[in-house]
Amino acid sequence: MAPFLVLFRRDLVLAWRQGGELGLALGFFVLAVVLFPLGVGPELEILRRIGAGVIWVAALLAAVLSLDRLFAGDHGDGGLDLLALSAMPLEATVVAKCAAHWVTTGLPLAVLSPVLAELFDLNSAAIPVLALSLLLGTPALSLLGAIVAALTLGARRPGVLSSLLVLPLYLPVLIFGAGAVEASLSGVGARPYLLLLGAISLAASPLAPLAAAAALRQALD
Amino acid sequence: MTARGADEGDLVAEDLACRRGERLVFAGVSLTLPPGGALLLTGANGSGKSSLLRLLASLLVPAAGRVLWGSVPILDDLASYRARLHYLGHLDAIKPALAVRETLVFWAGLRGAAMPQIDSAIAAFGLDGIADWPCRWLSAGQRRRLALARLVATPAPLWLLDEPTAALDADGEARLAAAIATHRGRGGRAVVATHQPGALPGASELRIGDFAAAGDALAGF
Repeated sequence: MAPFLVLFRRDLVLAWRQGGELGLALGFFVLAVVLFPLGVGPELEILRRIGAGVIWVAALLAAVLSLDRLFAGDHGDGGLDLLALSAMPLEATVVAKCAAHWVTTGLPLAVLSPVLAELFDLNSAAIPVLALSLLLGTPALSLLGAIVAALTLGARRPGVLSSLLVLPLYLPVLIFGAGAVEASLSGVGARPYLLLLGAISLAASPLAPLAAAAALRQALD
Repeated sequence: MTARGADEGDLVAEDLACRRGERLVFAGVSLTLPPGGALLLTGANGSGKSSLLRLLASLLVPAAGRVLWGSVPILDDLASYRARLHYLGHLDAIKPALAVRETLVFWAGLRGAAMPQIDSAIAAFGLDGIADWPCRWLSAGQRRRLALARLVATPAPLWLLDEPTAALDADGEARLAAAIATHRGRGGRAVVATHQPGALPGASELRIGDFAAAGDALAGF
């Protein structure tokens, strides 16, 4: 098996066995979303209006919560040295770790979103758009998050610092993600928004690993 | 894997200097290590033994000087140099959720090894009875044995070991000495940072830390 797949598989196995961390991000996502209908009250008009935005914001925050899973473990136990000395470039290491992070964070968020959309009475045409927008946008969350996760290695309060640094980077994803659902509700058509989301993820997939790998090299020093 | 002939050259360091932050840790360190050779790095705490090992492992970039394999500077062909070395730092790079055997298989796979010798590595460090234990059950000494078994699982001509006997019992130390002897018998080289003089038969010794005064003189260097 290629080193890339070996690392991808190990990170999936670790996420699965250390189920707590996986459940933490997903549990946070579900709870944060559920709080809104309870807090705002049962006016369907308002709920329909805010539904997509709330789900997207909660997905962003859940992604931020899970960022320290990317590199902090390997940095702490010395594994990062060995990853840097492995048979693949550090950039490929970052891609493998982001892929595993997406499968264990972004993908479940997208899969859960149709259920949560019911809480906001989103119409049945908008629900697939919401799930699709998350499916297309969450890879960018993992990739951009990797840059910040790598930059904040060794910081004393990495959690707080990384959310301050990463949320501005997430803004375009949020705008086009929530915008896609909005557009489909108003009948404009979500296609351009979804294409832009896909474009962000595609552009991030070569660029973010370059930046994250450079930051990891700093962390090795 | 590299061709056998490529493993024959000496490991040469020329006039290495190491700077951490503002401080010049050492300067003017030169060494030559032929196939089958061993080198003990000794010196007081903070004298830069670990930094020198990280320089030799290509994890740090020297402030001055260079490292060569044979006659080729390692920076000219970093990937094949990294494939030739094993680095063991202070940390064991062990995940509590993985089993002992899984850990060895993972690190071997990450080096792209076609035929890792997992079973002989497990036997070499007496891990037979606990090969299927999750690593969170291991004691500090057992973790160290596992980290050392990594070196045996995928043969590489250069071992860089930082305090390898930390936490090992007498049996563990004997097994390590045997592993290093076998490794050298096959033409392997070992650089070992240690506080135990005379730990390796026939090894030359490089004492660092006599550079402190020179370091002050070279402060503007």
